[in-house]
Amino acid sequence: MSEWTSVCGYADLLPERGACALLGSEQVALFRTFDGRLYATGNRDPYSGAYVLSRGIVGTRNGEPTVASPMHKQVFSLVTGACLDDPATFIPIFPIRVSSGMVEVSVL
Amino acid sequence: MTRVVVVGHGPSAHRLVESLRGFAGSITIVGEEPRPAYDRVALTSYLAGKTAEDLTYPVPEGVTLRLGSRVTGIDRAARTVITADGEISEYDVLVLATGSAPFVPPVPGKDLAGCFVYRTIEDLDAIRAAAATATAGIVVGGGLLGLEAADALRGLGLETHVVEMSPWLMPRQVDEGGGAVLRDHVERLGLTVHAGAGVKEIAGPDRVTGLVKPDGEVIPAQIVVFSAGIRPRDELARASGLAVGERGGIVVDEGMRTSDPSIYAIGECALVGGQIYGLVGPCFTMAEVAADRIMGGTSGFSGADLSTKLKLLGVAVAQFGQMSGALDVTYMDPVGGVYKKLFVSDDARTLLGGICVGDAGPYDTLRPYVGKPLPGLPSDLLFTGGVTLDLPDDAQVCSCNNVTAGTVRGAVLDKALTDVPGIKACTRAGSTCGSCVPLLKQILVKSGVPVSKALCEHFTQSRAELFEIVQVRAITTFTQLIEEHGSGRGCDICKPAVASILASLHNTHVLDGEQAALQDTNDHFLANIQKNGTYSVVPRIPGGEITPDKLIVIGEVARDFGLYTKITGGQRIDLFGARVEQLPQIWRRLVDAGFESGHAYGKALRTVKSCVGSTWCRYGVQDSAALAIMLETRYRGLRSPHKLKSAVSGCARECAEARSKDFGVIATENGWNLYVCGNGGFKPRHADLLVSDVDTDTLIRTIDRFLMFYIRTADRLQRTSAWLEAMDGGLDHLRDVIVHDSLGLCADLDAQIERHVAGYFDEWRATLDDPDKLRRFTSFVNAPGVPDPSISFVTERDQIRPVGVSS
Ligand code: SRM
Ligand SMILES: Cc1cc2nc3c(=O)[nH]c(=O)nc-3n(C[C@H](O)[C@H](O)[C@H](O)COP(=O)(O)OP(=O)(O)OC[C@H]3O[C@@H](n4cnc5c(N)ncnc54)[C@H](O)[C@@H]3O)c2cc1C
Ligand code: SF4
Ligand code: FES
Repeated sequence: MSEWTSVCGYADLLPERGACALLGSEQVALFRTFDGRLYATGNRDPYSGAYVLSRGIVGTRNGEPTVASPMHKQVFSLVTGACLDDPATFIPIFPIRVSSGMVEVSVL
Repeated sequence: MTRVVVVGHGPSAHRLVESLRGFAGSITIVGEEPRPAYDRVALTSYLAGKTAEDLTYPVPEGVTLRLGSRVTGIDRAARTVITADGEISEYDVLVLATGSAPFVPPVPGKDLAGCFVYRTIEDLDAIRAAAATATAGIVVGGGLLGLEAADALRGLGLETHVVEMSPWLMPRQVDEGGGAVLRDHVERLGLTVHAGAGVKEIAGPDRVTGLVKPDGEVIPAQIVVFSAGIRPRDELARASGLAVGERGGIVVDEGMRTSDPSIYAIGECALVGGQIYGLVGPCFTMAEVAADRIMGGTSGFSGADLSTKLKLLGVAVAQFGQMSGALDVTYMDPVGGVYKKLFVSDDARTLLGGICVGDAGPYDTLRPYVGKPLPGLPSDLLFTGGVTLDLPDDAQVCSCNNVTAGTVRGAVLDKALTDVPGIKACTRAGSTCGSCVPLLKQILVKSGVPVSKALCEHFTQSRAELFEIVQVRAITTFTQLIEEHGSGRGCDICKPAVASILASLHNTHVLDGEQAALQDTNDHFLANIQKNGTYSVVPRIPGGEITPDKLIVIGEVARDFGLYTKITGGQRIDLFGARVEQLPQIWRRLVDAGFESGHAYGKALRTVKSCVGSTWCRYGVQDSAALAIMLETRYRGLRSPHKLKSAVSGCARECAEARSKDFGVIATENGWNLYVCGNGGFKPRHADLLVSDVDTDTLIRTIDRFLMFYIRTADRLQRTSAWLEAMDGGLDHLRDVIVHDSLGLCADLDAQIERHVAGYFDEWRATLDDPDKLRRFTSFVNAPGVPDPSISFVTERDQIRPVGVSS
């Protein structure tokens, strides 16, 4: 069961860039890609332990939308959360949607 | 199921278990060091900034590792090994990969505090810690490893001595003539060489205070590193009754089997064909042979190439094949510090070996011809140095991994490889010591495959080509560029590279519109990210000159925001530990006090360091501080392929270290000397003299063109030093282009710089004036004022420092 929390307006997210939302003690990285799609992942970079993934560069690898950690540049799939440079490592992925102009995520 | 137990986890054990992939039995490794196997060949890079993780090899899946655990006994009847803490493992096959230990000559005082060996990461940690309070260090042993250790001591800032028993350095690799040239090089770097000298004792009641030579002379030092050869660690084998050599080493046959058929020995502990191999290449081959035998194969070890090539203290030293022969041909240039010698058969047709000091050219091109007909006259081969030859297929190009030219060519064609990393991944060639990489490049170029210059998967063009496209077609956005000339939607490689090109050409704010999405986090927040996700703030202090009032403002800002404060190596002040939402508040105060962005976060001009020069210094011949401030002001904000650094010294004493900079200026009686393409950092390079005794206007025009030509043609993240080294025609070509205008580019370059100078504005001031840009400076979109709870600090020496982030 998803329980949706509204975090910001869709227009608050810049295309091709991330932002971070704080949901209780969970930090969720939100991304809006060039085609208008939204993705939500954990904000913690599993390699450095720092909460910074929302500040990485968004892009694609073989067509798959990605974010590169700003710390040491490991690239993660925004779709599966897998690290494409080291597929044994994952970051959490959260459901995200837009509802009446507001971005909503579910961390349950 | 066969149970394999491996004793020791060094490079040989690592290669063994890698070669055992797919093996049906179980594999247990018992290693004495506290960490898994790492690349010992690259050990010294640990002192230059590599971490232990960088050096550590990945452990193949399914292998049981017991680290920090030393095997103390083998019970061959019961087929068990026992460790120091009493743990027993049963084996069907035992592999001894115990390596070797540095030999410490039995001199009085050898166990004093301050005496070290140079073999493990722990050794290096201990040496580094001791160096913090030492002023001088001595290396006992002037061989390959000894000089490497000496270089490391020098790198730690110690006055360094090398004591070598033989009459010359590196006696196993070079002859007397080569040794003399090598010694010149080493001494020119400030090391003191004591050749033909032994050690009587290490002095000091409880800590090292010096080394006493047999003639009674005392060399004062607080650190002594023994590097007087290695001894195979055969103690386990010896105690369990296995055959060992007279001078040590576990005797094995060509299948790496010891005198007990269920025990193998590989690597530096093994005595094979009456020989111990102290190089990693043969150790790898032994590991592969043993793995093959364990899996039922029949391969054998039949000796190995002992060629060596290294760059120590900036000097290339190489030796290949035999070190003697019926005939030899020598080229010697004592002034240039070059010594090259080839040994050939009595009919002068077959190459037997060679020695090189100061120029490893013959090693690169001729090593694969050892034992084969010479591809030219020996004297021609020695003089032309850079000859490129077609290597025969069976010529070995990588001795570390025993890979031939044929194998490399085959892989290039079959797998459509276009670069050296591809060759490394497919054949392992070049992945160990790296000295064969020039040969690999040559094979790649010669095999006619189009060598990829693609920036990344999204652009097939190089950075220089994209620069031309953006300029000629007047492209202003990434979207237009990738839609018309690329594919996909970009990545962390092409986006910042294109952002930099757009910024160099158009001088717009890096956070304007779509450009903001291309920037790395540093440029995106106009600050440098730190390990815990906070940022640092570096205001520009041109030339390092600052008024007391401005110093006070920096102090007040740091105090009010609780920032860690440090004087940088670039003559300015860095304030660390700011959260993103604090950055605008901090910069508001700084901008109001007249500070500007220092671009410490950008691939852009960093600092122009200065000395006080003729205004104060009794030796100064020109006003170096004024020139530095002028240059820093002129080029501030200039985005480039990599960062740019500069310095100006007021006389030849060079207190500003201008010759280590991308462009450095040294005052002369008549004007200025301009040096270019220097580098500190990972691979230091002294800058080359481009023009001398020029007046200030000529100086500035030349620097203008130099910078713009670099910005147009360099690869992404290529410093000026690497750019020049890759340039066809080198320094002469560069001088032709920017001084003699051989390409007719200068008017264009001049105009581009003028546009930059005229269009400069302070990035931080502009950000503070723009509410849209300010909006991104929050930790959380849904809770703008809330600080990131994951960030916390402790106090150390009265300032904050990050609490270790958990990983
Ligand atoms: C702060 C400072 C160290 C200090 O406490 O003194 C420093 C700190 C960093 N240096 Fe440096 N370097 C600093 C002077 C130097 C110097 C000395 C100098 O400039 O005179 C060098 C050698 C000179 C040179 O560059 O040729 C130096 C060679 C490097 C290198 C290696 C460059 C190379 O070509 O090999 C890197 C890595 C890189 O840029 O890729 C680096 C990278 C870095 C980074 C950006 C690492 C990073 O990505 O986080 C550090 C960020 C600092 C920050 O957050 O503000 N830093 N760094 C110095 C800032 C100077 C300034 O005021 O701007
Ligand atoms: C500074 C330095 C630079 C070098 N540079 C080069 C170079 O440029 N080119 C080159 O070819 N070679 C170079 N070498 C040599 C190269 O590192 C060695 O040839 C290689 O490490 C040999 O690997 P090995 O696994 O046989 O032995 P080792 O690397 O010595 O590994 C043996 C391991 O076994 C462990 N061990 C020993 N006894 C026991 C026991 N009883 N129980 C448990 N564990 C035990 C040891 O602690 C060690 O970890 C260099 C070496 C050093 C130190
Ligand atoms: S470089 Fe020359 S002028 Fe400058 S401080 Fe040093 S000695 Fe004085
Ligand atoms: S010769 Fe050492 S990696 Fe190739």
